[in-house]
Amino acid sequence: MTGAELAPRSTSLFGDREVALVDLLDRLLAGGVVLTGDITISLAGVDLVRVSLRALVTSIAPAVEPGEELPGEVLPGEAPDALR
Amino acid sequence: MSDALSYVYAVGRDLADGDVADLSGAGVNEGDPRLVVAGGLQAVVSDVPREEFEARALDDKLEDLGWLAATARAHHHVVDAVGSRRTVAPLSLATVYFDDDRVRELLTVGAAALTEVLGRLAGRAEWGVKVSVRAGSAPEQAPAARPRSGAEYLRSRSRALREGDQAVTRAEADAEEVDAAVRALAVDARRHRPQERSLTGRPERMVLNGAYLVDGDAAEALAGIVASWADHPRVRVELTGPWVPYSFAGLEGSS
Repeated sequence: MTGAELAPRSTSLFGDREVALVDLLDRLLAGGVVLTGDITISLAGVDLVRVSLRALVTSIAPAVEPGEELPGEVLPGEAPDALR
Repeated sequence: MSDALSYVYAVGRDLADGDVADLSGAGVNEGDPRLVVAGGLQAVVSDVPREEFEARALDDKLEDLGWLAATARAHHHVVDAVGSRRTVAPLSLATVYFDDDRVRELLTVGAAALTEVLGRLAGRAEWGVKVSVRAGSAPEQAPAARPRSGAEYLRSRSRALREGDQAVTRAEADAEEVDAAVRALAVDARRHRPQERSLTGRPERMVLNGAYLVDGDAAEALAGIVASWADHPRVRVELTGPWVPYSFAGLEGSS
């Protein structure tokens, strides 16, 4: 970074493999410079299907700690390897 | 007309070819990121198949979540790799142009606005702070005796809900306190919608999903605030980052 160095970045923090998809999508679906591209892919509707994303987040969601259970919810299924 | 479109990841003002040299194949659709330069700015761009993006554009809402996840990962990988070395303004997901000439046009026309964003983000990083109700912070419920009547069931159910509500209300107050402390050292703040439990895979209810734009030299103080909540009985406070400041990259007035 030119001018001002940011705080030291730990590789494990900044390595994108460590980033939970759900945290990433919060930012990518609501953030970034919004410019009108030549082709617009409608990501606006994605919000509505977020709940279907649970299959995707399984692979990156932290393991449920022992003794804890998801209250009355179905545990997310196994995510395909391709999405890891 | 070319078979490829130009997918734009981010814009910077002091990027050099070396900044994308090690990203071959890391882009969306395994593209090779390169720089497109105009108006004193550089866009990080890679080719994506025209056919595929045109087809996606016809959907009135994107439902191919596998594609979304893969695109988001690749987008982030490129933005993160460049943004960890240089100041960049990340573009929103899936911003595509017909060709590099159109990207140069964008850089020229948008130079003032993009430069303003870059100035705001320089030397700063985004951090995420999430606050959740700590599991077990609600009063212990009596072992669930089998209700003897429907009325009894409803009474005990509504008591449990009330106690749960109180735990959430208290956690929300704690979250406001965390938010205020972090805001005090942040340059800017945004709130994302608290993540659903079905998405986090965790039992705790999230009450704050904040994003904070923080100067490089304040990052340590931020970590200190979060650490001071480590053993709090009612809430769990989590820190994510540093992120390239996605949540703060809105053009003036539109963020």
